[in-house]
Amino acid sequence: MTENIINIEHIAKVYTIGDVKVHALSDVSLRIDKNEYVAIMGPSGSGKSTLMNMLGCLDTPSSGVYDFKARNVSLMTDNDLAAIRNKEIGFVFQTFNLLSRSDALHNVELPLIYAGIGSSERKERAKQALISVGLEDRIHHKPNELSGGQRQRVAIARALVTNPAIILADEPTGNLDSKTGEEIMLLFHEIHKKGNTVILVTHEEYIAKHAARIVRLKDGLIEKDELVPNRYIPNITAAVSENQTD
Amino acid sequence: MVRNINLFLFEMKEGFFIALQSIRANKARSFLTMLGIVIGISSVVSMSTAIKGIDNSFQKGISSLGTDVLYLDKWAWFSNVEFWKLRNRKKITMEQYEKFKSLAVLPLAVAPVTNSRQTVKFENSSVENIFLNGSNSDYVKTTNFTFDMGRFYNDIESKASREVAVIGSEISKKLFPRGDALDKTIKIGGISYRIVGVLSEQGSFILGSFNPDNQVFIPIGTIFKHFAGDMFSTITINIRAQSPALVQETKIEAEGVMRKVRGLSAEEENDFSINQQEGLMDNYNKVVGVIQIAGLFITGLSLFVGAIGIMNIMFVSVKERTKEIGVRKAIGAKRRAILGQFLMESATICLMGGLVGLVIAVLLSLVINRFMPTSIQVSAVFTAIGISLLTGVLAGLAPAYTAAKMDPVDALRYE
Ligand SMILES: Nc1ncnc2c1ncn2[C@@H]1O[C@H](COP(=O)(O)OP(=O)(O)OP(=O)(O)O)[C@@H](O)[C@H]1O
Ligand SMILES: [Mg+2]
Repeated sequence: MTENIINIEHIAKVYTIGDVKVHALSDVSLRIDKNEYVAIMGPSGSGKSTLMNMLGCLDTPSSGVYDFKARNVSLMTDNDLAAIRNKEIGFVFQTFNLLSRSDALHNVELPLIYAGIGSSERKERAKQALISVGLEDRIHHKPNELSGGQRQRVAIARALVTNPAIILADEPTGNLDSKTGEEIMLLFHEIHKKGNTVILVTHEEYIAKHAARIVRLKDGLIEKDELVPNRYIPNITAAVSENQTD
Repeated sequence: MVRNINLFLFEMKEGFFIALQSIRANKARSFLTMLGIVIGISSVVSMSTAIKGIDNSFQKGISSLGTDVLYLDKWAWFSNVEFWKLRNRKKITMEQYEKFKSLAVLPLAVAPVTNSRQTVKFENSSVENIFLNGSNSDYVKTTNFTFDMGRFYNDIESKASREVAVIGSEISKKLFPRGDALDKTIKIGGISYRIVGVLSEQGSFILGSFNPDNQVFIPIGTIFKHFAGDMFSTITINIRAQSPALVQETKIEAEGVMRKVRGLSAEEENDFSINQQEGLMDNYNKVVGVIQIAGLFITGLSLFVGAIGIMNIMFVSVKERTKEIGVRKAIGAKRRAILGQFLMESATICLMGGLVGLVIAVLLSLVINRFMPTSIQVSAVFTAIGISLLTGVLAGLAPAYTAAKMDPVDALRYE
């Protein structure tokens, strides 16, 4: 039996603006196991980001139960949530969200600082993470000295550096052209192959096809939850050689 | 427990580096923020140094008056007696002094003193409007004078009202820059005087022209002889007790003796005053206390304004970096870490500002030093550092708390 990581039951998230109640999520139940590769799709405003924030322990549900590795997240304190985000979850954002005044190395180091890891080990691990995303020659570049794809690689290195249980990516290719997006998807493919659990949000069917399972949201409800029959396996050698001519 | 302390130190250290980094990243803003504290700290330190300097000089000056010396005078230094009553008092004469001296047994020394404002000349140089002190050879016993050269005029010279003079160190410096004053002849009011002694620096600049360094001392008879108009003025009787412990008894005796000399009946009140340094001290303390409080209040205010400035800029900084705070939280920064980061930042800015302020204060004190002796106290340095750190923490508290309690999702969404 596979190890369960995420188990949510009848989760709802309601925002109240004035007298109006917005049901970002109405009633969502979802179970994700270790080493799954899940894509979340749906029209704009359907609650994808809200669900991701919930899964990533950035936000807590208005009602329902969320168990992360069999621990009830809904009952946790702010500090506990911060610790889970730090150790168990790696976030990748559409807009990269790097610290603009810090170089790549420091950006990747950041989660390790909050994990209380000493400077020399931190630098070594951050360097390894940057190497693993193919940025060994961009270690001391600041975000504004990097291309969009390279920025997203730094962000992925930052997400990976703590060896989290899951990687959450909210439209990670949304700000990239299709070729660069494909390179990023190759990285996710490798991360997944190494045994990681990957959950990503996307608007593009061809991006979603990289995943093994697609969850479709509509109006805060799960419309469809299906396995991908003809999953797209990226061509590693092609992508790598493309990467080298980059 | 040990782990907690280690964790705390680790967080402090990392917070400090993060703070340094963001200070470096926002140089202009950090500099402007610092300015308030620089001004605040440098003015507080300079002010307290200046006050300390004035105080030291005064203490020194006043102690040159001697804690054990009484000044029997027509005038009171401090009193609530109406001015006209003081004015109508009889003057104190040389005869009264002689009588007083023969009757009083407790004093170590008793000397009559009169003063005149005169100009001293030597060849082409002159010092104007100095205090010309006339007394007798006992005068030196009522002081703690030390000599650079020569001696005080002696009993024979004073009894014979000779034209001999002892000059203060400032006057010596002005008239004899080469330090060869002894046995030279100076002119006061057209009369020649031979210099028999030069005082070493008594260092009580605060007394101004009362400072012995700016005075010339000649026998009292000589003053009466050449500045006849002054004969009608009253004299002061300087009385030195045998020890500071005996001042009170000496004062009581002096009062009794002077009443007898003046022939006052039991019902009549004193028609003279016995002044002493203590009264000066009390009054000085009152005045300086007010100056001190006012000065520190005003400069403290500038520090407070600086602190408000820091709080303001820290609020702006927190607002501006909302997204950064969101990112930090998303990757696992706890509230405490965010709080620490911003507190550390404002404390570091204030500390740097404080150190710059200190340097400026030291430079200022070098300038002030040319007018009066000051020195920055070690305690002032530590107080300044402490105050700037405290200011930083207090000013950073509210902004840092705002940052710490931000919701990560809202913060990330912030544009
Ligand atoms: N903080 C908030 N306050 C009020 N309403 C919110 C808030 N966050 C999200 N919503 C609402 O919840 C709904 C779902 O938003 P969400 O961001 O999850 O959509 P999404 O599926 O990620 O859309 P997109 O594809 O455009 O990113 C939207 O209608 C949105 O207006
Ligand atoms: Mg979204």
